[in-house]
Amino acid sequence: MMSLLGSGLILTLQIFVVTLIGSLPLGVIIALCRMSSFKPLAWITRAYISFMRGTPLMLQLMALMFGPYYLLGLELGSDWKFWACDIGFILNYAAYFAEIYRSGIQSIPRGQYEAAEVLGYSRSQTFMKIVLPQVIKRILPAMGNEVITLVKDTSLAFVLGVMEMFTQAKAIAASQVSMLPYIIAAAIYWGFTMVVEFLLSRAEKKLDYYHD
Amino acid sequence: MSDVQPLVSIRDVHKSFAGNHVLKGITLEVMPKQVVAIIGASGGGKSTLLRCATLLDRFDAGSLRYGDLVVAEDKDGTAVYGGKDVLKEARLRFGLVFQNYNLFPHYSVMKNIMDAPINVQKRPRAEVEEQARGLLARMGLEGNENKVPCELSGGQQQRVSIARALCMNPEILYFDEPTSALDPELTQEVLKVIRNLAEQHMTMVIVTHEMAFARDVADHIGFIDGGVIVEQGTPDQVINNPQHNRTKAFLNRYED
Repeated sequence: MMSLLGSGLILTLQIFVVTLIGSLPLGVIIALCRMSSFKPLAWITRAYISFMRGTPLMLQLMALMFGPYYLLGLELGSDWKFWACDIGFILNYAAYFAEIYRSGIQSIPRGQYEAAEVLGYSRSQTFMKIVLPQVIKRILPAMGNEVITLVKDTSLAFVLGVMEMFTQAKAIAASQVSMLPYIIAAAIYWGFTMVVEFLLSRAEKKLDYYHD
Repeated sequence: MSDVQPLVSIRDVHKSFAGNHVLKGITLEVMPKQVVAIIGASGGGKSTLLRCATLLDRFDAGSLRYGDLVVAEDKDGTAVYGGKDVLKEARLRFGLVFQNYNLFPHYSVMKNIMDAPINVQKRPRAEVEEQARGLLARMGLEGNENKVPCELSGGQQQRVSIARALCMNPEILYFDEPTSALDPELTQEVLKVIRNLAEQHMTMVIVTHEMAFARDVADHIGFIDGGVIVEQGTPDQVINNPQHNRTKAFLNRYED
């Protein structure tokens, strides 16, 4: 049982890490598009964010899984479920992250931009060196919330038949007619989130060297 | 003197915000080593003038030159600005000290001062560091190199921001009400630093409410009201012998 749960945990970790690697930077790009002064881009991005937040992630995963076949007649093979899973999580989480980034970016006082402008910083230097580091400190608690939610959301991959930890627990529970796999899985999820909480509080402490 | 060019020349500048005519034809020239104080009531256009001169705002009509660099030209009553390169070049010629300092809170004192010279001007670190240490000493801030702004008093933060502007080696330094956010005690330490710069013939334009300070330190004072320079001249002319009723009325309010 433990080896099955263990192999499930590895897939769970994979989904978690790949989602963060993809959605954390993608969220920045979406946030910048959302705030673009080019209105059509801002509107499209706004609609995207609204859709991603306004429909169930489970449904989005299903659409990615079966859409290529039903809509386009594409046969993508049995590995497609892993791609559908990663892409679905990244696209969904990037939308949530984008809104958190946006709130952070908009909370940076005008004076910071003006000081950078007068000192001759380019727009990208201003964003990367002056704005973004301050944004990260401000949004860390909100980001922590999302990241902890992601730990548990990985279990939604069961609808695609991706054998992550929850899918494994469900299968073992059914075959052994036992609650135990669920209890162990719950303990592992909780332990996982505690590790995330610990890392987040470390990061917050590290950024505590200044306030504004 | 007549062959000496002004460092900055602002001519017949007009600026409106949503129909509100804030600057109504302002002309101002600053010669090298000159210290110009701009006085006037709030809402009179002082800060807008400074924001236009430092390219934070764009004016609608008029012209702006830094030395021989034409930043904006008047074409049939519309200000036409130069390209990106021109604006970039112009920004290297002036520095600006803000009313509320606008230091970068996540950078140490040294990094606040050194980052732009290194990463914008691409100057060697060792040279910049030496200059930054020298400036901190001049500002009376030795020992604060590694502190972050929130660990400093308002007066100290403002002095760091003066050092940050000076480390770019500007030809002209603007101050936007540099002591308005400070209590009287801290005001004095900042004014002392500015006075010190004036003695060393730094070219400066200072928007200020400190009348006594303006009289002491400036060799030219402009009184702005209602979007125009109502009166300008030496401190003696403007403050001790104002000719216009609006200047007199304004100065009366400031007399203790």
